[in-house]
Amino acid sequence: MHAVYAFVSGPLAWLAFLLFFGGICYRLVRLLWEVNRTEKFIFSYMSWKYSLRSIGRWLIPFGTANWRLHPGLTVATFTFHICLLVTPVFLLSHVVLWDEAFDVSWWTLPDGVADVMTVLVIVCCAYFLIRRLVTPEVKFVTTASDFVILAIVAAPFITGFLAYHQWFAYPVMAIAHIVSGEIMLAAIPFTRLSHMIFSPLTRAYMGSEFGKVRHARDW
Amino acid sequence: MAKAPAKTEPSQALDQGLAVGVARLTPEKIESTIRTVLKSETGARLSTYVETCIHCGLCAEACHYYLSHDNDPHYAPVGKVKQTLWEMIKQKGRVTPEFIEKAAIIAHTECNLCKRCAQYCPFGIDIAYLMLVVRRIIHKLGCTPLYIQDTAHSHSVTMNQMWVKGDEWPDTLQWQEEEAQAEFEDLRIPLDVEGAEIMYSVIAPEPKFQAQLIYQAAAIFHAAGVSWTMPSELGWDNSDMAMFTGDNEIMGRIKRAHYDAAIRLKVKRIVMGECGHAFRSVYDVGNRWLGWEMPPIPIVHAIDFYYELLKEGRIKITKKYPTPITLHDPCNVVRGGGLHEKARYVAHTLCESVVEMTPNREHNYCCAAGGGAINCGPPYKQTRISGNRIKAEQLFAAKTRGAQVLIAPCHNCHSGLHDIVHHYGVGLDIKFFGDLIYELMEKPA
Repeated sequence: MHAVYAFVSGPLAWLAFLLFFGGICYRLVRLLWEVNRTEKFIFSYMSWKYSLRSIGRWLIPFGTANWRLHPGLTVATFTFHICLLVTPVFLLSHVVLWDEAFDVSWWTLPDGVADVMTVLVIVCCAYFLIRRLVTPEVKFVTTASDFVILAIVAAPFITGFLAYHQWFAYPVMAIAHIVSGEIMLAAIPFTRLSHMIFSPLTRAYMGSEFGKVRHARDW
Repeated sequence: MAKAPAKTEPSQALDQGLAVGVARLTPEKIESTIRTVLKSETGARLSTYVETCIHCGLCAEACHYYLSHDNDPHYAPVGKVKQTLWEMIKQKGRVTPEFIEKAAIIAHTECNLCKRCAQYCPFGIDIAYLMLVVRRIIHKLGCTPLYIQDTAHSHSVTMNQMWVKGDEWPDTLQWQEEEAQAEFEDLRIPLDVEGAEIMYSVIAPEPKFQAQLIYQAAAIFHAAGVSWTMPSELGWDNSDMAMFTGDNEIMGRIKRAHYDAAIRLKVKRIVMGECGHAFRSVYDVGNRWLGWEMPPIPIVHAIDFYYELLKEGRIKITKKYPTPITLHDPCNVVRGGGLHEKARYVAHTLCESVVEMTPNREHNYCCAAGGGAINCGPPYKQTRISGNRIKAEQLFAAKTRGAQVLIAPCHNCHSGLHDIVHHYGVGLDIKFFGDLIYELMEKPA
């Protein structure tokens, strides 16, 4: 078990971070290269002002007409994404690992708060799953990959929650948590989880087109 | 994946152009055409849109077809992409002729390219662009619906949309000039005046069957003392159905002719009549195809021009229009040109009472005629009407709050709303801003 732990928290972790950061860089560079090659005009329509105006507006809960149309989903998606990004970065036990390995550390969340945020992520995942299964317009466009990426994201939080509370099979659960976290990191650049990288860019382009050319609001 | 509910299909008449086109297809032709378009005519934008879409369905409620079909997911913007482009990409072009027929109907008659969904997608995915890619494929496969293909042929042969012949155009202008001279003795419709301030351009349906609109525009220009001209030869028509059939090459030719006419006449700007799609073509699309980031010459839509005339007092209103009106915001000039506040200024200046329909401004519902849908002709009239019940409800709500006249400052909207108002018995008179200005303005002796 120790050897497995050492492997998943050593070489496999390096690989996951390499794929995560390397993958993001690769996807971004490739995108810019492709735009430059085939659709250079996009650059001439991009505007910092209107990009940030559009992104900013969509980052405000209930700030857009469509967020207001779907209050339940709006609360769920904002809660989900905030907890998803904040919890792993500011979790005490994660920061301890950084501290031990590289002698760097930063502010951490109280454990109780992190625990609640983890549960919120899991609850929101369940909400998204149910929404996929029962809402007709979502169900109609759902493919197997949608369930896979949802599972990839939910897994580290479910296993992390179980490992933290040490309810059963702690060593197995801890390893499962590490592995599932690594799968998620590695999957982000190469699945539709890449919306983490690309959605600000698509939003920025639409915001620029609406602001600069169409003189209209895109929210 | 999940089993979908049955689609509520509108009654469908035969489209001979589409049927013949589909009968000629072979699997090889379909595959190679789709692959060529995807590989050599699209790029990072398409692949990013397809890979970034998280299948959340949040675009659904943006679409008037979806809302009008009791939230049938087949009509959600993403549902339409699933039934067309996703499948073409997934099958690497190996789709059947029947699939192409269905895709042609979806992309041409169940989407108006109004871009309301781009405002509702949290990622700003341009679904109208994806539908245009489908139309481009359909065009290259020769399966464009008959009536709109005919208008594209007309553009190609005559450089106008309505088969207006070379001599018919100046003849119509002179006819309207003579008619107008009975009312305004020294009125002219000045042809080919080099160095005039404005070139006025219209869509070909105006000389073809709405010549009184040219009369009205001439009267307004005359009353305002505008320095204007119209080209007697190619380039007078600002309309563009080729833009909607995916025939980009012809779109480029007709837009070049239009800009060239203005440059040849050395005018300072082009003012265009109350048409939305033409504005989209001249202001936003044709110029890009020709390599201009923005149009090579300022483009002023009629709303913008009327705003200017009223604001500067060049047109005086004798009295305000007493009947309460409601204002339709055409997608192409509002979501596509930001003219909604100017339209309101014009409406409030002309009318005693303006009843707002909701949603309005950028969020207004489309007329379901735009994007070439009405130009697909009679076989799809019911598609447009049943696909826009929500508009009838919106109009009826404005009527219950007092509106009796509907202002639609766009030709396509005008005709599409006419069908909707009549079919659903909404009972609103439909007018252009030009109709009101002509009626209310102080006329020179």
